[in-house]
This record gives sequence, structure tokens and C-alpha cells, in this order.
Amino acid sequence: MTAVRSVDVLVVGAGPAGLAAAARLAAAGAGRVEVLEREARPGGVPRHCAHGGFGTRTRPLSGPAYAHRLAEAADRAGALLRTGLTALDWAPAGPVLHAVGRGGPETIEARAVVLATGARERPRSARLVPGTRPTGVYTTGELQQAVHLFGQHIGTRAVVVGAEDVSYAAAGTVRAAGAEVVALVTEHPRAQTGPVRARAARLRDRVPLLTHTTVTELLGHGRLSGVRVRHRDGRTAVLACDTVVFTGDFVPDHELARRGALVLDPGTRGPAVDGALHTSRPGVFAAGNVLHAAERAGTAAAEGTRVAGAVLDFLAGACWPAPGVPLAVDAPLRWIAPNRLTPAAPPDRYLLRTGAPLNRPVLLVHQDGRLLHRTRPRPWTALPNRTLTLTARWAARADPEGGEVRVSTG
Amino acid sequence: MTVTAEGPLPARTYDVAIVGAGVVGCAVARELARRPRLSVALVEAQDDVGQGTSKANTAILHTGFDAAPGTLEAGLVREGHDRLGAYAAASGIPVERVGALLVAWDEEQLAALPRLAAKAARNGCDGTALLDPAELYAREPRLGRGALGALHVPGESIICPWTTTLAYATQAVRAGVDLHLNSPVRKVDRNGAHRLLTARGTLRARHLVNAAGLHADTLDRMLGHDDFTVTPRRGQLLVYDKLARPLVRHILLPVPTALGKGVLVAPTVHGNVLLGPTAEDLDDKRATGSTADGLAGLREQGRRILPALLEEEVTAVYAGLRSATGQEDYRIAAHPEQAYVTVGGIRSTGLTASMAIAAHVTGLLAETGLDLGPVREPEPVAMPNLGEAFPRPYQRPDLIAADPEYGALVCHCERVSRGEIRDALASLVPPRSLEGLRRRTRARAGRCQGFYCGAAVRELFERGLPRAGRPTVAEPSAGKPYGRGGL
Ligand SMILES: Cc1cc2nc3c(=O)[nH]c(=O)nc-3n(C[C@H](O)[C@H](O)[C@H](O)COP(=O)(O)OP(=O)(O)OC[C@H]3O[C@@H](n4cnc5c(N)ncnc54)[C@H](O)[C@@H]3O)c2cc1C
Repeated sequence: MTAVRSVDVLVVGAGPAGLAAAARLAAAGAGRVEVLEREARPGGVPRHCAHGGFGTRTRPLSGPAYAHRLAEAADRAGALLRTGLTALDWAPAGPVLHAVGRGGPETIEARAVVLATGARERPRSARLVPGTRPTGVYTTGELQQAVHLFGQHIGTRAVVVGAEDVSYAAAGTVRAAGAEVVALVTEHPRAQTGPVRARAARLRDRVPLLTHTTVTELLGHGRLSGVRVRHRDGRTAVLACDTVVFTGDFVPDHELARRGALVLDPGTRGPAVDGALHTSRPGVFAAGNVLHAAERAGTAAAEGTRVAGAVLDFLAGACWPAPGVPLAVDAPLRWIAPNRLTPAAPPDRYLLRTGAPLNRPVLLVHQDGRLLHRTRPRPWTALPNRTLTLTARWAARADPEGGEVRVSTG
Repeated sequence: MTVTAEGPLPARTYDVAIVGAGVVGCAVARELARRPRLSVALVEAQDDVGQGTSKANTAILHTGFDAAPGTLEAGLVREGHDRLGAYAAASGIPVERVGALLVAWDEEQLAALPRLAAKAARNGCDGTALLDPAELYAREPRLGRGALGALHVPGESIICPWTTTLAYATQAVRAGVDLHLNSPVRKVDRNGAHRLLTARGTLRARHLVNAAGLHADTLDRMLGHDDFTVTPRRGQLLVYDKLARPLVRHILLPVPTALGKGVLVAPTVHGNVLLGPTAEDLDDKRATGSTADGLAGLREQGRRILPALLEEEVTAVYAGLRSATGQEDYRIAAHPEQAYVTVGGIRSTGLTASMAIAAHVTGLLAETGLDLGPVREPEPVAMPNLGEAFPRPYQRPDLIAADPEYGALVCHCERVSRGEIRDALASLVPPRSLEGLRRRTRARAGRCQGFYCGAAVRELFERGLPRAGRPTVAEPSAGKPYGRGGL
């Protein structure tokens, strides 16, 4: 029999969300705070994002530096970071998890669990891109690890599928590895990144951006020899390349959430949570990209800090809130997070995604046919795969006993 | 114990050469390995065993309930089912005896079920039962609405095709068979013995077995026979996420029609759910690609069979080519005057029938004048378990206590440990590509397809396990507390 250990808070995942939560919890005297991380090093995805864009405006950092700082902060605060340990599944009752590592199996009983298991990009197979199965097919995550963590050779000519921030990061990694970026390919009408970045890629790095274009087939036996693309107008072409990187299209790593029978939000596919990041399972909280794939690291870390507050309240005896009222979106909006409304602390703001560009969008919040809020969150175009935010100021006007709250565009 | 992948082939004259190290060729090699007096070579064009049809099938251990009674195939499938079932249990090849349900979606199909039950009985497959809708939905609660009934075939099972092929090959090599990879046979002539001209030089053998799968007709023609033509019949398949596994309990088969066997939904021993295959006759024996139409068609059919499946993530897409010959039977033939046996047209049942085919072929070899000599059972093999129904290394405290590497997970989705990767790399028939490693360990085969583990697995494959003391980024810190300055 595996011995059962007890801790006060068990955090699963040492990415920005988990590390920030652990740091705050340990600093606030939550007792024994332990973080389980299945990778060899803490830090989560930023470990291999060897580029800028992390940290704060005043203190910009590269991904690895950011990961390092978060891990150090959690360690200094007194949280125990345990790497090379995988949380596998739940014990039948309570917030109790089974884990395994080089030391063998463990069962860890916690007063509270924080799931911070992050997200991954959908690989080629999940995107149902047909064709042969050659080598040379990557996601950004694998590409960055191959290049930045292991110094592996990745090929000479790469097509990058996607034109959002992460796609440009992937293109940067391809170039850092000494390979050529043949093109960025997106089915959207334009890049979903800042204009400066898009322009630099096009003009300085001479990377063409093919818009309204879909990768319809991978070609080649053994090694990739090219990708077939189709423009919206029906024209097709073959781009010769030996590497293709499928970027973006993130999904939460929700295996533990599902195994624990947590209610998932149909939009985000992560656990449904209220503003204070309670899941449907008492004692279990969630934070970071497992809730919304994918947001920036700073957002994930801020959620980690936020969830720590709720965990502290819970440890101090606060009741587990009822599920509350679901929050849902109408197309072209794709999801909203958090996605449950309880009278307990509303979030600072809601995060949304749109599936299609929205010019100077107006967001409408309705409950049972009643307009709760109407806002123009930004004066410019909202793009797919970019964060759109909605204030939470209207939350107090919602009826906690009422029906679903719906957010739509006007 | 010889596996070669480069350099010239041995100059000796073997008693038997088997061309093709698919599941059938490996099974024949294993069977001949029971005859210690024989010298046997297994010759393969590609860099690994089981790279053809054997790696990309529906992974079902058939009862043969719907075979055409009286054919060679019917008999060999029936016998093979029992033989491989027993062998799997003894060798650690994962098998799950889930049973099949032939689901009738209209009156015509419903009417066909009693006939199928009778056919099953004629094929020696007992215990089938007709289920009414209530019984059917009690067994498969997530089945799409509107099914009218089903035939339950309890013996149909699921199996791991990769471990099966590898077990045969491993056991054969351990018992003295020489496996020569990267040796495509380009020409055959006969001058007393067979002379196989391969990319790696000439190989000589007194007796020849053609188990070249899709290319069996080509090799047959090299020997002057024009008995059949292999038409590749492509089957595209979708593999759904492990989280879909609870949705289905049996192999869900369509009622066969004139148009073929149709699309099935089945659990896999690796804990996924399979949807497929398509059936497309092609003329390109390399056309193992998937197509947009094929995948869309599968999804459409899958939606009816198991609607909830379509909500799950797809983990993998693949396509395999079956060896269709236009005949509803295997094309196994002995040519005694040439000391030659053709094992052609092994269609979609070859995995199941493999051991029975091997025994049959051995008999035919004897008829071609081969003195088999005495039998000595080879050492049993113990294959690493890839099946979810049996304890995997990470689930075995005893193993981890003895060797912590079995607790160090590298591929998180499939829970593959560094210990398993190390073992595969050091095995008797080692992988020569990441694909080969995947078939032996499942590393990189999971839902993230390498987002998390791809680079680390490649590192282990290319550079092996780091020696003690050599720091690498991939070295797990043994669940030790992270200390200051440890990054
Ligand atoms: C290519 C790329 C570029 C990016 N660029 C930027 C950028 O410039 N700026 C920016 O702000 N953001 C960027 N991001 C996003 C940023 O990396 C994420 O927002 C951030 O990592 C999310 O933090 P997280 O803690 O939610 O998840 P993660 O960082 O994914 O951490 C989750 C952790 O949980 C672990 N885990 C999961 N399951 C288990 C289990 N069962 N047991 C134990 N451990 C488990 C994982 O191994 C992982 O370490 C980028 C992302 C990518 C992929």
C-alpha cells in the first residue's frame, strides 16, 4: 500500500499559474504548500519560450528568465517544488491525488488542490490535416523545446501554420535554428498580432504571409516534402518545405479535471469556474491556461495569485459556493472565462475570444432577456486568437437565482 | 542472435529465406525457429519489422465468424484466433476480450442477423446471441439512437498489432533466425539454391517463402508465377483520445453488405477508440495518406454510431493498405519444383491468422522437400506491456523500487517512462526511428503528439540515456525538492 501524505495545498503544475499561486499561499502562511511538476524543471511553457514578451512593461524578461524568477519566488516563499512527479488521478473521495515519480507511487491528501495544468497546441492529427505521415511536423511547443532546450536540428525550410503571436514566436525559433521560414499561412483575412510585429516579419525578415489560405495536405514519404495549400478562392499550390509547424489552436490540458469529474465549460473546454476560480468540486480550484487556452503568462500568473486568495478563504473556513449561474457566449464569440457567476467575488474582468474579426465591437450582456450591460471594450478591431476583455462591473446586477447570462456582440 | 541493417549480407546458404518481416513473415520465422536444425533468414526491405500493413490495421483478434465457410482463410483465422490468443497470454501481448456487436440500423440489416448467427456457427464460432434494442442499449448506452438490434459475438477481441509482430521477431531472432533489414529484394534467380539480389547484396537459400505483403505479386512474378495481382485497398482510420474510451465497451461492427465490411468503432488495447476503416481500391502501393473526403466520411458514419465520440479530440490519423486480390480467400500456394511457397493475399485478417498461417506454411515447406528436423520450443518471450488493461511500468511499485527509471515519465500523455525507452533501445530488435520507438513504447503516440515530450524523446533516441553525472536538461530531479539556484 502506498503511504498517504498530507499537505495543506497541493498545486498541480509549476507553470506561471501554479508557481504564482504557490508563492502567495506559502507567503500567506497557508501551511504546507506543495507543487507537483511532471517536467524535469519548474516554469511551465515559458521555460522554452526563449524570446522576450514576458515579465512586466518596466521589467521585460525572456520566457526562461521569467520561469526562473517565478520558481525562485515560490521557493523563497517556502513552497515545496517537486519536479519529475506526475499527478495521475484522484482517489475516490476528497481532494486526494495519486502521483508517480522516480520515488514510486504516492498518494497526497490536501485540504485544497489547485489545478494549474496549462494548455497545449492541437497537433496536426487533431486538426485533421490529411496527407502522409512524414517526419518534420511540429507544434510550437515541440519546436521550441527541440531548438532551445536540446539544440536539435529541425530542417531547412519551414512553413508555419497560423499568424498569431505564437506563430511569430515559432517563426523566430525556426530562424534561430538557422532555417528559413517559407511562409506563414492563415485562413484568417489578416495576421492576429500587433502591426509592428507583422510588418517586421514581412519586411525585415521577408516572410510572406498567406491569408485566407488553408493547409489541405501534407506531402512526402519519410521526410516532409511540401504542404498543399488552398486559397479561399479555390486556387491551390504546393509549398516546398521539409518542416511544418502547427501553431496556436490551444486546448486546455484537462485530463485531471475530467478524471475528477469536474464540470467543464463547453466553450473553453477547461473546468468551469466562478470569479474566484472555484471549480464544481469542493476543495478543487483551477487557474491559468487550463481555464482558457491560451492567454499570456502574466494573465496566468495573476490568476495564480488570485486563486491563492480564494484558497486562503477556503482554508479559513469559507463555504464552497453553489455552482451559480452559467455564463455563455453567442457566436462569433467562442468562449468566456471565468464562466460561472456566483455572488462571491466577481473577477477583475472577463476574458473572451472571438472566432471572427469584430470591428469596434459592442458587447451585450443579457440575463433572461434583460440587458445587464452594454459596452464598447475597444475602439479598434477585435481579432480571433487575441484577448478581448469585458469588465465585471455589471456582475452585481445579475440575478444569482436567475437563468444563464449570455454575452453577445451588437 | 543477429539483426543486421547495413553492410553486405552473409555469404552462407540458408535453409530457408522468408521475404517480408510483416506479421506473417515474422510468424513464419518464429515457427521455423522451433526447428533448431534449420538455418533461417528473414529479409525485410524497410528498416524495421512490421512497417507495412502490419502496423496500420484495425488491431482486432477476429473469431472469423463472418468468413466464407470452407475457405482456407476461414480455417486459418479460426485456428489463428486460438493460437494467438494463447501466445499473447503467455508473452505479454495485450489482448482484451471485449466482444463485438453487429448493430442493425434498418430492417434489412436486422433481418440479416439470424443468417450471420448461423454462418458464425458454421465457422465454429459459438455463443453468439441476438439482442433486442433494450439489451443492446443496456450494453452500449452511448450508442446512437435508432438501432434495431444486434448480434453479439463474444469472442471478438482487440490486440496490440505492434507487440505481436515484435514478439514473433524477437523470439525468432533469439532462437537463431537472422533478420536482415534494409534489404529490398530486386531480383530472384535459381541456380540450385535461390539467389536473392537485394540492395545489400546477394542472399542464398535453398527454400523460399514469399511473405512480401503488398508486393507478394511482384515477387511471385520474379519467380515466374502470374497467379494474382495485389490491389492496395486503403483503410483510413481515426484514433480518438483516451478520454473517449469509457464511451464504448464492445467492438461495434456494421452488418456487412455487398459494399464491404464497413466502418467500425472499437476500443483499442492502448486505451483509445478507433473509427474506421474506409475501403478504397487504389493502384499506388505507397498511398498510405489520409484524405479530407475519407476523414469527413468516417466522421459522418461515426456520428451515427457513437455521437459523443465526435466531441472528443482526435489523437492520430493513419491509413493502411490491405492486400486485395479480387478473391475471397488467401493466396497461399506451394511450388515444390521451385522449393518455394507464396503467402499472398493476406487480407484484413492476417494479424489474427498469423500463427496458423505460419504452421500451414511450414507444412507446405515440408512438402517442397524441406526436412524440418526435430522440434525444440524456443524460449518464451516477455514483451513490455503497452496495454491499458494490464499494469504498465509506471503502475508497478515493485518495478520502480527496483529501478526508479520506470517512475520517470517522459511521454506524459501515454505515461511512458525513461526505463521503457531505455529498454526498447537496448532490445534485441531495436527501433531505428522514432516511429519504431513509438510502436515499442507508445512514446509520442498520445494526444499531444510531442508538444510536451517530442524533443525529450528524440533526445533519448538519438543520444541515449545520459550517463550518471552528466547534467542534461532532460534529467528529472527525482521528485526532489527544488532548491535555490537549481535552475
Ligand atoms: C510558443 C509560445 C510563446 C509564448 N509567448 C508568450 C509571450 O511572449 N508572452 C507571454 O506572456 N506568454 C506567452 N506564451 C503563453 C505563456 O507561456 C502561458 O500563458 C503560460 O505558460 C501559462 O501558464 P500556466 O501555468 O497556465 O500553464 P503552463 O506554463 O503550461 O504550465 C502548466 C504546467 O503543468 C504541468 N502539468 C500538467 N499536468 C500535470 C500533472 N498531471 N502532473 C504534474 N504536472 C503537470 C506541466 O508540465 C506544466 O509545466 C507563449 C506560449 C507559447 C506556447
